[in-house]
Amino acid sequence: MEIVTQTTAKKRAPLPVEFYRSAVGKKWIMAITGIMIIGFVILHMIGNWKIFLPDVDGIPDIDIYGHALRELLVPFLPAHVALWILRTGLIVAFLLHIHAAYALTIINRRARPTSYQGPRNYVAANYASLTMRWSGVIFLLFLIFHLADLTWGLKPVAPEVWERGEIYANFVATFSRAPVALFYVLAMIALGFHLYHGAWSMFQSLGLNNPKFNNWRRYFAVGLAALVVVGNSIMPLAVLFGFVG
Amino acid sequence: MNITLQVWRQSGPSAAGGFQTYQVQNVSEEMSFLEMLDILNEGLVGMGEEPVAFDHDCREGICGSCGVMIDGQAHGPQLGTATCQLHMRKFSDGATISVEPWRAAGFPIIKDLVVDRSSFDRIIESGGYISVDTGAAPDANLIPIPKVVADTAFNAAACIGCGACVAACPNGAASLFTAAKVNHLSLLPQGQAERWSRVEGMVETMEQYFGSCTNHGECEKACPKQISIDFIAMMNADFVKAKFKNRRLAGQA
Amino acid sequence: MKNLDARVPAGPMEEKWENHKFSVKLVNPANKRKFKIIVVGTGLAGASAAATLAELGYQVEAFTFHDSPRRAHSIAAQGGINAAKNYKNDGDSVYRLFYDTVKGGDYRSREANVYRLADVSLNIIDQAVAQGVPFAREYGGMLDNRSFGGAQVSRTFYSSGQTGQQLLLGAYQALMRQVEMGKVTLHTRSEMLDLVTMEGRAVGIVARDLVSGEITRHSAHAVVLATGGYSNVFYLSTNAMASNVTAIWRAHKRGAAFANPCFTQIHPTCIPASDEFQSKLTLMSESLRNDGRIWVPKRVDDHRPANMIPEEDRDYFLERIYPAFGNLVPRDVASRAAKRQVDAGKGVGPLKNGVYLDFKQSIERDGQDVIEDRYSNLFEMYERITDENPYKIPMRIYPAPHYTMGGLWVDYNLMTTIPGLYAIGEANFSDHGANRLGASALMQGLADGYFVLPYTIGDYLGQFLNQPVVDPQEHIFNTVAENVEGTVRRFMTNGGTKSVDYFHKELGKIMLEYCGMARSEVGLEKALAEIPALHKEFQKDVKILGSAETLNQSLEKAQRVDDFFELAQLMCVDALAREESCGGHFREEHQTEEGEAIRDDQDFAYVAAWEWSGKAGAPKLHKEELEFESVALATRSYK
Ligand SMILES: Cc1cc2nc3c(=O)[nH]c(=O)nc-3n(C[C@H](O)[C@H](O)[C@H](O)COP(=O)(O)OP(=O)(O)OC[C@H]3O[C@@H](n4cnc5c(N)ncnc54)[C@H](O)[C@@H]3O)c2cc1C
Ligand code: HEM
Ligand code: HEM
Ligand code: SF4
Ligand code: F3S
Ligand code: FES
Repeated sequence: MEIVTQTTAKKRAPLPVEFYRSAVGKKWIMAITGIMIIGFVILHMIGNWKIFLPDVDGIPDIDIYGHALRELLVPFLPAHVALWILRTGLIVAFLLHIHAAYALTIINRRARPTSYQGPRNYVAANYASLTMRWSGVIFLLFLIFHLADLTWGLKPVAPEVWERGEIYANFVATFSRAPVALFYVLAMIALGFHLYHGAWSMFQSLGLNNPKFNNWRRYFAVGLAALVVVGNSIMPLAVLFGFVG
Repeated sequence: MNITLQVWRQSGPSAAGGFQTYQVQNVSEEMSFLEMLDILNEGLVGMGEEPVAFDHDCREGICGSCGVMIDGQAHGPQLGTATCQLHMRKFSDGATISVEPWRAAGFPIIKDLVVDRSSFDRIIESGGYISVDTGAAPDANLIPIPKVVADTAFNAAACIGCGACVAACPNGAASLFTAAKVNHLSLLPQGQAERWSRVEGMVETMEQYFGSCTNHGECEKACPKQISIDFIAMMNADFVKAKFKNRRLAGQA
Repeated sequence: MKNLDARVPAGPMEEKWENHKFSVKLVNPANKRKFKIIVVGTGLAGASAAATLAELGYQVEAFTFHDSPRRAHSIAAQGGINAAKNYKNDGDSVYRLFYDTVKGGDYRSREANVYRLADVSLNIIDQAVAQGVPFAREYGGMLDNRSFGGAQVSRTFYSSGQTGQQLLLGAYQALMRQVEMGKVTLHTRSEMLDLVTMEGRAVGIVARDLVSGEITRHSAHAVVLATGGYSNVFYLSTNAMASNVTAIWRAHKRGAAFANPCFTQIHPTCIPASDEFQSKLTLMSESLRNDGRIWVPKRVDDHRPANMIPEEDRDYFLERIYPAFGNLVPRDVASRAAKRQVDAGKGVGPLKNGVYLDFKQSIERDGQDVIEDRYSNLFEMYERITDENPYKIPMRIYPAPHYTMGGLWVDYNLMTTIPGLYAIGEANFSDHGANRLGASALMQGLADGYFVLPYTIGDYLGQFLNQPVVDPQEHIFNTVAENVEGTVRRFMTNGGTKSVDYFHKELGKIMLEYCGMARSEVGLEKALAEIPALHKEFQKDVKILGSAETLNQSLEKAQRVDDFFELAQLMCVDALAREESCGGHFREEHQTEEGEAIRDDQDFAYVAAWEWSGKAGAPKLHKEELEFESVALATRSYK
């Protein structure tokens, strides 16, 4: 006799929906969106490093860069359009990534309604892999703060002197506040943890593995996480300690 | 050796359960973990207490019947070893050992340490075979199969269906079990005809009972046959391909 | 009882099966779905039969007490499966496999059945490969073979040391495909506890749902028993813990003759017991004898560790006594030789209860990686159990009960003496005579299930076309079900003071001592006195706790052990009656001065088929005389 029952029922739907409905499909989407966001984070970081460059004709290099971004593909497209296309892609990636994360969390909760009552002893699962949803949520909170701070200029998150387009000034103003700078650093560490597992795991989710390269995947993830943590953290710290500004 | 056991006791599927503490004396190092439980049961019968129910049969690590969480690890601390092949020499005298059943929605508890794993049969039913009626086979040596392919297929096929992967997985996912069977068949030339429908059917049935894989890798370490999570990646790739292949092939069927 | 007509088809040996297939009544495809067949057991024999019958169109109900068909004891078979493919071009043929099997069985099997077995062995490998069974391959991609005991050719196909697992998974998958298609109804954790007969025919079974305790009734046009062997009568054996005789025993009590019950096989290469709590013995596949050399110290009480004993102080006794076959003599011969060494005080290991199986030379010759490739999982298993590394220190092995050649008597169609009741796989007696050759049980189980029964069963079913199955609410089902319920109740209310295992162990000790590797009149008489007494005590004093309405493993065990007690008596009676030594049956009274078996073809070239008389230990003997047309009776010699 059997007593097991299904936790999810099978339904048919159009291909993309059906694909996304499966957990393997969700993981695949997470990996793809993860890669998109990683791409953004890297480019964003490299762009932001322009604060270390000297002014050009009295204008901070980064402000020129920000302006150029808004003017991207002008005159083929009106100003802001290209940027908005990119932004839309990024927003969609974030939404999908977050939705999939949420849905998988629910599925996995349901898959073990009663958790182990005795001790649990993990051998392979690590702190990073077990806390993906927490590092993700911390990062999400950071992101909201970050947008309010530097993009929207919402006070009191944003510094008093915030002004649209004055990227360099805003930058310096916000990180001169020690708690904000430290919060950024902490958020980057959370992101580092997220990537330590995520950048290894995404190959697995996409099925892009090869026993010969399994070691390299680990190195890649460690390297990427370190790059993002260090590369991003030096900016708020540089301002805080007066190297910039 | 003397051992203190904390064993999960639960009288039926919907009964509330709890840990009971028992002392087992004069355990020999040569005993297997299950033989130690036999001694416990022998003692319980003597005291008029119902023996602890646990699944087991071959006691050679091949039937996949046995399996409990031992100190929070599926099949206990020894790598690549099923509970029945774990020996007491891996524990120290005076140790306290916690023994708990597999926990997963797909594996409801029947009694004490016994769970219902028939969801695995449902997964196999939905494509874990090669459709060849008896008598329809060509000569066995007709299709040469490179040794590496046969060996890799065998490594996947070695799965004993014990469910430790699910038990160990923080998400209660059955990806390793499913991937093992999918790849066993899909690596072989004989399995190509149904390759895409197999992976699609099996993965979807798997998801009706189990959690999703987020690549913790815990399953591989608990697996008594040390089946590699590389197979999970291969299954994922095939699943995605299948979603597209199936639609394309439908017109040709 | 129906007379013991084996219904062997006429004609030359090579044509019997072809002729028979042509002459048996066929059921046309559209009519097959009108027949319902119960298959009890989902091991190699049962799963292959259930799947094939369903493919043909029959409605099948399959039963297993396991939680999944994949757990059947067949899963544990390690070494391999024979087939006369002659892929090695070393002179193998259907005839040679047939000949080896009849000779290996010490001329106590039915020639026609064995020939058919050798014949269909070819198809089994084809079928298994098509199902995706990953047999070992050579670098060129062709199938690899190894040698097994009792053969001078390489005809054994294998998947590392997990051949039974891979073959069973193949059959299990075929079965699950039919379950998915709705053609097989699968009852797991469901144990057959009695057979229902009406007008002398098998019409159904009564089973117990092991989870809910419910007693269920199932009717069908025919019942197939594929419930495996009964080596666990010895308590310590290589069989899985739950293997038992109950299904065939209860059928026996309903009128099926039990053939050659005393033909049991003691396997030479098992890990010796380490203490009294041992719950089972672990086999080390016979394939190890391909590369391992068996020896003991020449001197009694040589306490040096194995590697310190120089060549000149070692006795490679199999190679010395049987130079032609050496370490690859058949199992019965190897087991007795090892027993003689240990009895002479040359045993090795802490309890001096083993002989060495040494791989040193093959590792030096072929390299450790080659040996690892062939046997790594066995070596690892050995190390897990003994904590000794067999790449460095020779393995210690000793014979242990392993397989039962005896079983329900069946005719050429695999039908028992109860019309409509079939027995396949290890549960029947048919093909192995007094000793089974290695890698032949898997072959037989699959031959029966895939290729024999599905054809022959039509011969019986044809007559019932358009007749419904017996209503399971019929009076006859009530009687049987009430009887089963009564037994359950009796155990549950027994009171008692001792566990089932206690009695099982005691029974095992008696059986191993008196009905094991060597048997004597005095010993068997003694066993026949002790067993009924112990049985009585068991029935009075066994203690079953818990309830019959939930999973209750003690209750399951108690019923199985109850049947073992009765079976044990039949085995002893059979062993006593067979006044000769043949195959696994060795009567001390019948041996040469060197201790070799003396067979008596004059008086004992028959199958002993026992009929239940209503009382344990008092069966009635029927004889099926064996005639040998193709293989001349000769004394077996492996020298
Ligand atoms: C350790 C070991 C190694 C072996 N190695 C080899 C080898 O290398 N080569 C070889 O040829 N042979 C080998 N053998 C022998 C071979 O494995 C068995 O003889 C063969 O597998 C028996 O298959 P079967 O289908 O007849 O029965 P089993 O596989 O024993 O199946 C019995 C089935 O019946 C069911 N059952 C039994 N009673 C009941 C009941 N009352 N109600 C419901 N269901 C019931 C069980 O659940 C099970 O499904 C080995 C045996 C052992 C013990
Ligand atoms: C916005 C908030 C975020 C949340 C809530 C979130 C949550 C998650 C969760 C729950 C997972 C799955 C866990 C796992 O696979 O183990 C995951 C995976 C991943 N995340 Fe995030 N994440 C967020 C942001 C990010 C960001 C900013 C990046 C990149 C810089 C990122 C990259 C990844 C990657 C690469 C994976 C692995 C995908 C895979 O294994 O297939 N995530 N995330
Ligand atoms: C310490 C590290 C970081 C610094 C110093 C930093 C700085 C900035 C600055 C100066 C801007 C420009 C605001 C403007 O438009 O004027 C900006 C925008 C933005 N940042 Fe960051 N950032 C950091 C990390 C991140 C990370 C890790 C993410 C993650 C994905 C991120 C996401 C964004 C987004 C989405 C915008 C808005 C871009 C747009 O206008 O479209 N930032 N950031
Ligand atoms: S994959 Fe490993 S752990 Fe999972 S069921 Fe198979 S053998 Fe057990
Ligand atoms: S532990 Fe679980 S998350 Fe995946 S890799 Fe194994 S199934
Ligand atoms: S009892 Fe069979 S695997 Fe452990």
